[in-house]
Amino acid sequence: MHGLILRTFQVFVEDTYGPGIWAKIASKAGLEVPDFEAMLNYAPEIYSALIGAAETVLDKPAEAIWEDVGTYLVSHPNSEGLRRLLRFGGVDFIEFLHSLDDLPDRARLVVADLVLPELELTDNGSTQFKLRVGDGLPGFGYVMMGVLRAMADDYGALVLLDTESGHRGEQYLMVTVIETAYAEGREFELAASGSGGGEG
Amino acid sequence: MLPEEILHLICPMHLLLEPSGHIRQAGPTLHKISPDPLEGAPFLEVFEVFRPRAVTCMKQLLQTEGRKIRLRLRGGVRTQLYGVLVADGQGGAVVNLSFGIHVMSAVRDYALTSSDFAPTDLAVEMLYLVEAKSAAMDASRNLNTRLQGAMVAAEERAFTDTLTGLRNRRALDTVLERFKRGREPFSLMHIDLDFFKQVNDTLGHAAGDLVLRHVARIMTEVIRKEDTAFRVGGDEFLIVFAGLMQAERLGEIAADLVHRIEEPVTYDRQVCRVSASIGIATGTGGIDNPDELLEQADMALYASKRAGRAQFHFFGEAPAEGGPAQMAGK
Repeated sequence: MHGLILRTFQVFVEDTYGPGIWAKIASKAGLEVPDFEAMLNYAPEIYSALIGAAETVLDKPAEAIWEDVGTYLVSHPNSEGLRRLLRFGGVDFIEFLHSLDDLPDRARLVVADLVLPELELTDNGSTQFKLRVGDGLPGFGYVMMGVLRAMADDYGALVLLDTESGHRGEQYLMVTVIETAYAEGREFELAASGSGGGEG
Repeated sequence: MLPEEILHLICPMHLLLEPSGHIRQAGPTLHKISPDPLEGAPFLEVFEVFRPRAVTCMKQLLQTEGRKIRLRLRGGVRTQLYGVLVADGQGGAVVNLSFGIHVMSAVRDYALTSSDFAPTDLAVEMLYLVEAKSAAMDASRNLNTRLQGAMVAAEERAFTDTLTGLRNRRALDTVLERFKRGREPFSLMHIDLDFFKQVNDTLGHAAGDLVLRHVARIMTEVIRKEDTAFRVGGDEFLIVFAGLMQAERLGEIAADLVHRIEEPVTYDRQVCRVSASIGIATGTGGIDNPDELLEQADMALYASKRAGRAQFHFFGEAPAEGGPAQMAGK
């Protein structure tokens, strides 16, 4: 399990619920060291242990937690760097959707050993999209739900999202774009200001 | 669509030049970065072409056909540009420009957006990569800094005797090696506690540990900042005196040590009494092998033991002579 994924989960919990809650989850998951390094690898069991512990401590189903992680990744100031990287995908929400196929490859360009599930977008007409999320990382489909929801806000688009499970751990996200320029959206300049990019 | 309008879309940084060298048309991104109007102006008055060599007239400019040229705007931020020129067959030319490696600063300086680049241009991908790579590098550098801190702490632990806080035998090897390499003179004091075993046996290990910590504290109080005390065995200590050779001063320190170590320590209302035998070897003889000096200190210690303990000897002095370097035993 790539440390970046576990580290992301850690900073999500710390930034959203505070370090005390993270300490509880880490101890419940049986972590000896309650800190993940983004650039190291960990045993795969740790991931499921963490999610299980989080469900209990936060008293929330895993699906909801994963979706919150996705929203956090786009909208929290501490992960502004990642939001910027996602915004490089396109000038509007639809173009961004079309860039999702490349997302796992883009991630690999930067962190060579980070393997993310396959993403495949198909469109039924110009406003109906279906995103297939491959298997390999439980919950990634829900994370993408949160990401899409938050990115739609970021672009100022009005969208409807729904999900259904496919076979063998695959998941489908149905995206209906009602309006691409519904609201103002957040500013995005190509040039990074200051040092740019926090930890992802 | 007219060919010239096509150029606006697929080459937003193009220029069409008249045979006279005047600009007939310029792409939208060039309009954005040039402080001066472009259409109608002589190309070489707006741009300075400096590679492969300085170009001063249209004729020279046309000679660069097909080759990479480097140029910059004469006004404004003077961003460096790369370009290529192709003659249009009627005396004029088409020039296409790019920011090349300077795309980062150009995007910042001119507040460019994705729509300022051709959809096929890799500029935005390059910006993405630079930003993503620096985030990854930052994370990597953070990790390295933390690992380095952990390594220093681990080394510190590995060189410390956990009971007394003095350096341990492994640290001694490192320190001696350093002296050897630096060819710095030093003296050694080998200290062995007397009657320690009795304390341990009659009052228990906790009492023994208390005595060891007490002795270690005395040593750190007696030595100078540049000297180092080591616990090299159960009740065996070594002090390395950096650059201190005077036998008189070393004798004073040894006498002080024996005197203070002999002061009784109370453990659980029981009095613990120990003393110390000390052997001293000075580096005055120009010995550059620390092992030899260690051996000399060891021999001097043995002399103190044999002479009745609770005293110190220098290596090389006549044994059992009772000279000024000796102290009265118990």
